[in-house]
Amino acid sequence: MRKTNINTGDRIFKNTTMIFAIIVFGLVFLMAYEMIRGSQLSLQKFGWKFLTGTVWDPVMDVYGALPYIFGTLTSSFLAMILALPLSIGIAIFLSELAPQWIERPVSFLVELLAAIPSIVYGLWGIVVLVPWLRNSVEPFLIDNFGSFPFFRGAPYGFGMLAAGMILTIMILPIISSISRDVLRAIPNSQREAALAIGATKWETTKIILSDGKSGILGAALLGLGRAVGETMAVTMVIGNRAEISASLLDPGHSMASVIANEFAEATTDLYTSSLIEIALILFAVTIILNVIARLIVWGITKKYKTI
Amino acid sequence: MKKLTFNKYTWRNTKNNIMTSLSILSVVVAVIPLFLIFFYTLAQGISALNIDFFIHMPKPVGETGGGMANALMGTAILIGLGCLFGLPISIFAGVYLAEFGNNTFGKLVRFFTDVLSGVPSIVVGVVAYILVVIPMKQFSALAGGIALGILMIPTATRTTEEMIKLVPQAYREAALAIGIPQWKATLKIILPTALKGITTGVLLAIARAAGETAPLLFTALGNRFWSTDIGHPMASLTVFIYDYAKAPFEDWNRQAWGAAFVLIVLIFIVNITFRFVTRGRYDNHQN
Repeated sequence: MRKTNINTGDRIFKNTTMIFAIIVFGLVFLMAYEMIRGSQLSLQKFGWKFLTGTVWDPVMDVYGALPYIFGTLTSSFLAMILALPLSIGIAIFLSELAPQWIERPVSFLVELLAAIPSIVYGLWGIVVLVPWLRNSVEPFLIDNFGSFPFFRGAPYGFGMLAAGMILTIMILPIISSISRDVLRAIPNSQREAALAIGATKWETTKIILSDGKSGILGAALLGLGRAVGETMAVTMVIGNRAEISASLLDPGHSMASVIANEFAEATTDLYTSSLIEIALILFAVTIILNVIARLIVWGITKKYKTI
Repeated sequence: MKKLTFNKYTWRNTKNNIMTSLSILSVVVAVIPLFLIFFYTLAQGISALNIDFFIHMPKPVGETGGGMANALMGTAILIGLGCLFGLPISIFAGVYLAEFGNNTFGKLVRFFTDVLSGVPSIVVGVVAYILVVIPMKQFSALAGGIALGILMIPTATRTTEEMIKLVPQAYREAALAIGIPQWKATLKIILPTALKGITTGVLLAIARAAGETAPLLFTALGNRFWSTDIGHPMASLTVFIYDYAKAPFEDWNRQAWGAAFVLIVLIFIVNITFRFVTRGRYDNHQN
């Protein structure tokens, strides 16, 4: 790059491309601004009570988002509990154990899972997963663990459990592939040092894991962001009932699902505004999760690159 | 004493084997749903597909048969609009990042592009609704196209950047050495060299957009009739899958699988092509 701008063509070219870069940069702010503007009505009317209200009644024009927030949190955390150990297992396999000729195709298969559209997961969820849960898994859970409040109730099939399981499958690829990259970024000298003093493969892996734990945390947060914002697959299996229930077998609702279900039919301005506020909350939560996660993952890969 | 150390070693060894097995088990558990979904879609989809599916219009509620010709056309138009809106931004921004982005502003843009890719697609749909549907007072394909365009930007920008960076530095130096201005070198030499990679990257973004449903539900809405008017509601494959999957008609469920199959095949072809085109290149880049 030349410092003295003798050539106007170069300057014009650089500035033109820069304008487009600014557009990409500005998109996030534009989105935030538009949603804050769009949710003014409900922000002013309900204030913070919007987050704690449990009544969502379009007829009375009263909106409280708690059941949806609860549903999003429950389904996402259920997915995290199931997906995190699996993802770490996959990441260990791909970065520490597998020879290259296995690692490449397996990585590719796991990444293909990420490419399947959400709607296809949802369709598969309705036709295969939900009947399986209703007929086999849920009766089993009720019979054996029915005394826990988590597994009380009737086997509907549609519900939190189905949503959590679909989300698990959907966030596995992102958590495992980023964790794999993090583990790979850790220099080989760490492994060699551990093996040289007689550590087994697992003991070596434990050391590598403790080196990479902040990166894995970053990967987990990115997966959580994905789970929180996931819409179609969840909408299709969660049951879409705005109730707060301790049982994972009961139908629930989520923030993204209520937008998907009701936005096109929202009749009053306050109704639309409340739905936009839910979108704004989703946006804020996913942005915060992503910023933290990206900073962590960037930090760790940079740290090892400079060594 | 000797026996003790032996036991300890056996235990460590056993633990090692247990953990290795668990690790392999998690891979198996993760790959099972992929195969289940893929083969189920394959089995259901192939039997649902026939020539009617591609050339006929949806039949009225309750009648069997018919197809999704309007949805295929609709998805194509929506993607076209998305490209028109999203690709110029992405490609120029990608050029900026690759050629001039080695500074704080470049890092910031890169960071925000990554963050943008984490924004839920339904939120992007809401923004498109506010920006387009409210002023036009009507659901429209245009709003859907803009939503898809925004969703394409992160993938397209970052792959454009990566692909341009893969062009050897010697090309730039050679061009500049014979007195070509930088802008001409970038447009006439660097971009054409990276074209293959950029094209597949763009296809990847398109494939992702083609599978989006949430942002279309209240922008392009859906339409049971033939429409190519971008100022009005328009059908799309994914919204059809959503409607048909929930419907209590067996024939509609069958057609939903047909549409899902078409989508998955498209997306897998693009992903495998991308993998094939970029194979080996990334490795050289990293080393």
